[in-house]
Amino acid sequence: MGFLDTLLGRTKPVQPKLDDLFALPSAAVTLDAGAGFKPTGSGSVCFRPVEGRSFSDVQKDVQDLLNSSAHAEGGLPVEAAKDNYGFTWLVSSRMSNELEALVTDLHAVNSSLVDNGFGPQLLCTLVAFRDEQARRLALIYLYKRGSFYPFAPLAGERRDNALELQMKSVIGSDLKWEPDLARWFPVWGAPGL
Amino acid sequence: MAARTRYAPDRGLTVRMTATMFLLGLVFVAFVAAIIGIGTAYGASSTAIVFFAVVLGGGFAIGSLFYSDKIALSTAGAHEVSADSPDEDARRLHAIVDRLCALADMPKPRVAIAETDMPNAFATGRNADHAVVCATRGIMRRLDNDELEGVLAHEMSHVAHKDVQVMTIASFLAIIAALLVRIAFYGELFGGGRRDNSNQNALPILLILMVVSAVVYAISFVLIRLLSRYRELSADRSGALLTGQPSKLASALVKVTGDIGRIPTRDLRTAQPLNAFFFAPAMSLHGAGAGQSKLANAFSTHPSLERRLAELDKIQQQLGGISGTGLEK
Repeated sequence: MGFLDTLLGRTKPVQPKLDDLFALPSAAVTLDAGAGFKPTGSGSVCFRPVEGRSFSDVQKDVQDLLNSSAHAEGGLPVEAAKDNYGFTWLVSSRMSNELEALVTDLHAVNSSLVDNGFGPQLLCTLVAFRDEQARRLALIYLYKRGSFYPFAPLAGERRDNALELQMKSVIGSDLKWEPDLARWFPVWGAPGL
Repeated sequence: MAARTRYAPDRGLTVRMTATMFLLGLVFVAFVAAIIGIGTAYGASSTAIVFFAVVLGGGFAIGSLFYSDKIALSTAGAHEVSADSPDEDARRLHAIVDRLCALADMPKPRVAIAETDMPNAFATGRNADHAVVCATRGIMRRLDNDELEGVLAHEMSHVAHKDVQVMTIASFLAIIAALLVRIAFYGELFGGGRRDNSNQNALPILLILMVVSAVVYAISFVLIRLLSRYRELSADRSGALLTGQPSKLASALVKVTGDIGRIPTRDLRTAQPLNAFFFAPAMSLHGAGAGQSKLANAFSTHPSLERRLAELDKIQQQLGGISGTGLEK
């Protein structure tokens, strides 16, 4: 924020960074080879809805668009879920070997929100992974930072920090990691996880 | 290339805030000129007093700037809470703050809870890296997650706008003027006996200094309160735009303001020094209702409830517009 904005008490809404999301498919290959975590095929985009007609119109259009393409390819329809904090999660479910298609779906949501001027409402995107012992892991992309962090939930709102840090080093430089650990916030019970 | 945005700036508010700050600057310049004028007219004897006041006032301002978070937390009786504490309120607060920080791309502030049933929240700290956001048990009990998010977005906007710094700098002049009034007053009192063997001009210098300082103090006091009200409106605006839910903030305001008015004054008096950082003024000398007089409004740190609701209503209309309208390239 510039000096003038501080002086005048203005905040410019932060625009999302979208490009780094496409690093996910190659990171997923590394993750599978190095630690045995495979994508479950589901992923979700989380955003803060804006009240009023125009936002709900945009959201409906995106859902229709994704549903029609999912229908054509014989996939599951996109689900919209609301969490306890008022954020909306659009969950796309694909086959576990269709990670690239999943990322394209997620990107369609991003770009249509950005095109309609709602880019600042994007919070994060989540792609779910699972290993043979059914341990859960999510890679979460922070739109405003353009960076990823791992999230490994355990039963009862606890997280497996050791596994998170381990997976971070397995994937290594394939993804741009969020350096500030305070921003690795938990998303308990996130749809699509 | 500027990204497409729906968030039109509020030019009226910007103009009014700029005018207020310009006037404060003008008063400051006039004050310095008057001091220099007095000094040259009567010899240099007043310079020492002014120098003393500036050093003392400056020290006070810098001290309160650097310790603002600690001072505010201990005055409010608040304690910091961690994200994994067994306290459910603490986890709820952390979850909301986490999401707001990710939306706004801000470093996460420390989070504190005050053990009082008075519904309020405040943020303090000289910059985003030293910020603390605090909510009372009372506000967490009364508001749902969406409303609490609106309140916290308002508080985090105070942090983003560096309001603690801006208001400290703005108050600097008033602190010095107030100190000079006091020094001149005591100087008059105790210097009286030595009038024969000291400078003949001692009495008028101190008297004039006292009058000038008192006038400057009065003007800057009103201007600072005006600036504070504009900063509150800015924080409301930025907070509502961040969450995209102006009506949630409005409903939180109505709930909190209504509740504060019903609470006995004994509890509230302890909160008075903190008033400027609060979400809603805890100490209300006058009702926040429609009967509020213009004069009373001029001395309050927060805009009236009606004003805040009207501004939020405007934002709501702006955001809810049909696709394509209100878009700026």
